[in-house]
Amino acid sequence: MGSTHIDLSKRHTEKPAFSPERMAEVQALIAQYPEGKHKSALIRILHMAEEDFGGWLSIETMDYVAEVLNIQPIEVYEVATFYTMFNLEPTGKYVFEVCRTGPCMLVGSDQIIEYIGEKLDIKVGETTKDGMFTLKTAECLGACGYAPMLQCGKKYHEHLTKERVDEIIASYRAGEVPN
Amino acid sequence: MVKVTIDDVQIEVEPGTTILSAARQIGGDVVPPAMCYYSKLPGTGGKCRTCLVEVAQGSEKDPRPMPKLVASCSTPVMDGMVVKNKTSERVHDNRGGVVEFLLINHPLDCPVCDQAGECHLQDLGYEHGSAKTRYEEERRKFDPIDIGNKIKLHMNRCILCYRCVHVANQLTDKRVHGVLHRGEHAEISTYIENAIENDFSGNMIDVCPVGALTDKTFRFKSRVWFLKPMDASCSCTKCSGKAVVWMFGNEIYRVTARKDAYGEVEDQDGKAGWICNDCRFDRKDVSNWTIEGPRKINRHSVISQGQYLSPRDTQKQLTDGNK
Amino acid sequence: MGRRLLLEHDNVPGIETFEVYRKQGGYRSVEKALKSMSPEQVVEEVQKSGLRGRGGAGFPTGMKWSFLAKPEGVSRYLLCNADESEPGTFKDRYLMEKIPHLLIEGMIVSSYALGANTSYIYIRGEYMWVLDILEKAIAEAYASGFLGKNILGSGYDLDLYVAPGGGAYICGEETALIESLEGKRGNPRMKPPFPAVKGLWGCPTVVNNVESIAAVVPIVNDGGDEYAKIGLGKSTGTKLISAGGNLVRPGVYEIEMGITVEEFIYGDDYCRGIANNKKLKACVPGGSSVPILPAHLVTKTAAGEDRLMTYESLADGGFASGSMLGSGGFIVFDEDQCIVRNTWNFARFYAHESCGQCSPCREGTGWMEKVLYRLEHGQGNMRDIDLLAEINKKIEGNTICPLGDAAAWPVAAAIRHFREEFEWHVNHSEEAQKRNYGLLKEVASA
Repeated sequence: MGSTHIDLSKRHTEKPAFSPERMAEVQALIAQYPEGKHKSALIRILHMAEEDFGGWLSIETMDYVAEVLNIQPIEVYEVATFYTMFNLEPTGKYVFEVCRTGPCMLVGSDQIIEYIGEKLDIKVGETTKDGMFTLKTAECLGACGYAPMLQCGKKYHEHLTKERVDEIIASYRAGEVPN
Repeated sequence: MVKVTIDDVQIEVEPGTTILSAARQIGGDVVPPAMCYYSKLPGTGGKCRTCLVEVAQGSEKDPRPMPKLVASCSTPVMDGMVVKNKTSERVHDNRGGVVEFLLINHPLDCPVCDQAGECHLQDLGYEHGSAKTRYEEERRKFDPIDIGNKIKLHMNRCILCYRCVHVANQLTDKRVHGVLHRGEHAEISTYIENAIENDFSGNMIDVCPVGALTDKTFRFKSRVWFLKPMDASCSCTKCSGKAVVWMFGNEIYRVTARKDAYGEVEDQDGKAGWICNDCRFDRKDVSNWTIEGPRKINRHSVISQGQYLSPRDTQKQLTDGNK
Repeated sequence: MGRRLLLEHDNVPGIETFEVYRKQGGYRSVEKALKSMSPEQVVEEVQKSGLRGRGGAGFPTGMKWSFLAKPEGVSRYLLCNADESEPGTFKDRYLMEKIPHLLIEGMIVSSYALGANTSYIYIRGEYMWVLDILEKAIAEAYASGFLGKNILGSGYDLDLYVAPGGGAYICGEETALIESLEGKRGNPRMKPPFPAVKGLWGCPTVVNNVESIAAVVPIVNDGGDEYAKIGLGKSTGTKLISAGGNLVRPGVYEIEMGITVEEFIYGDDYCRGIANNKKLKACVPGGSSVPILPAHLVTKTAAGEDRLMTYESLADGGFASGSMLGSGGFIVFDEDQCIVRNTWNFARFYAHESCGQCSPCREGTGWMEKVLYRLEHGQGNMRDIDLLAEINKKIEGNTICPLGDAAAWPVAAAIRHFREEFEWHVNHSEEAQKRNYGLLKEVASA
């Protein structure tokens, strides 16, 4: 809603639920904070929920997290929409977040973003038709000395060149995590 | 008690008093404008930056001036502090800047906005704004969302004062709206379609300094300056029942809380006079109310023009009131 | 190469493990502090060291610690700011990734000094793999008796946790960090009250940068006076510099404060000069928010003296001809780079990262970004250049937190030193529109 054009019609049809193992992790996390300060665990639980429930935060997922933490759903929406790492719509299997800020730009991140777009035939913000890749840009990811770079999941891919991008895409396509 | 001087006027106030509330104790034009601070809602303030003032002397003990302008709404006074508001060129200059920032993305829809005539941004623009804009870019627009059948949210007009969020937090039991996204995309929203329904949710309208939250039951009914505001009361079980009814002839067009010179609800029976939604939205029949008399409106306000009061009328009312 | 206090062992294989770290002399400071020093003595050593906050503001760490309120029966907290997000800065990541135990060791000693029994490391969410490294190291420290109850039999208890952010530069501002750690939006708080009085959950709190906390380890080991002997004047000790941009050898370097900028850029021990045999055009020495310096003011001050890697020397000349050491994010531009494009890029960053809470920042950063976009893309006019300077002045100093200043300074400095380049974009509108990736060189050769 609003200026950011999130498609709220995309929903989870089933109510999400953490596995018992994950729930134990969540409880351990909550225990890191004093009693009554359990809301502090929210951001990390959102990261977990995103990982467990399809790589994005649906309304159902956020409402579930609110329930787990015993807070109002709006408190979760406020946080989820503030931090840029959270995907509020479904994404491809692999999300490429290419840093576009100054130091990366000085050594060619614009060209890398353009090249990935051409190679995958998508624009920034879009997902490939096969649902494999989403291309996004990100602000400074703290890899300025190893630029240009992109992040995919927890992994940083640095010192990017066109050849390196080819390799990375091929690896993910083959179901491997590139080095 | 601590001594503070604001625009050459000295006053003694309780320790811990903010500069703004000390200025309000003096009154008049030494009082800085405030778009986000609302004394009846703890936690508000600091955001709009219209109340920035210059501290020319920090305190008796440490007379150094403060290097930056400070938010008078959230800065406590110190003994011997010297504050400049209207007497400071810097304050005047920066306030103009803040007003410009608040206006660059604000729609120019005052002619169709229900808040016109009682809009704090209008007042501020009139006093500190410039007649021409330097903003050449496209103004920000938000998709409209429906927040129920009583309150209209017009996000394009919002200045993100957060007052309505505090109302929801402090006066209602379950907040369903808040500020989403961030930076220039930040917006008041419920995220999902969700009606804001609570006995006291209507107070969001009264605290909104602009036309972002307006009364749907009054929508496009009349301009406020064509109405006569009257103090009225009813025996309400939910709130104090003390309100202002806005009349045209014998009809009540809308109901609001009773507000003071700063647009804040007045205290009723020792506590903030918030009114309930029943009084605000449903009691539109004169028979619901005991009319106490005309509401005093600042003579500078455009609303006072609508009261059709010549000096003779005023005299008559006073005599009538004494009967 | 000068002395290295933090990264001395960064290339020792297995240094990320407790065992190897301990063999290299790790955790000595914890033993020393907990067994032979009072918390006040640790604070005193830090004060003597002259250590200044390594996050960017450069406020004396010992003084910050001395402000911590200590009301009876109220918990105090030490928070480590690992939300490294200032463009150009990646030193904390390097330190945590390579030598996680150094940070943990510093956290234990610092928490002891401040009387905190629970401490948190707030790390930016994008560094999730570094979080894994830290948690692994923390588990090792617990298993070895350096964390938990009654550490080394001293009676001192400490629990240490790591909490991730979710992608927001603003959470590097200490009160925004606290809000975020409380599970909320990263909106900076109004000050006063300062965190030292009312911080995390309303309790007295100290927030320190990763590098500052790590530096406490050598300070306690060797004494504050020893630490203060390194460096120059009020810039004591060593500093991690993250070097990026058009350099032969970008990366993280630990320097002794006081080496020349010339040596840092061109020296064999450091960056080895400008990449691809190009010439130096400009430098942003302390992260994207500090003023940019044109080539002639990078290695020399306006007075013609050698520019040194110290807080004072980099700031020499004030805003007219100086800059700041900031976070040590050292960004170098070669002769082909377009200053207008970079200024727009930075402005876009700040507009993207504004929390949106206060009006000058929310509206002003977005406005500057739009005007700079037009200028860079050949759609601006001369008035826009002055307009930018004016918007700047209305943001600077008027916002709740320093993000407003951080957004304003780079624009002001770019116009101050490279005005002719902005004017070129107005006068050569067509060429500006046609340029590829903003490189002026390609226009010249076309």
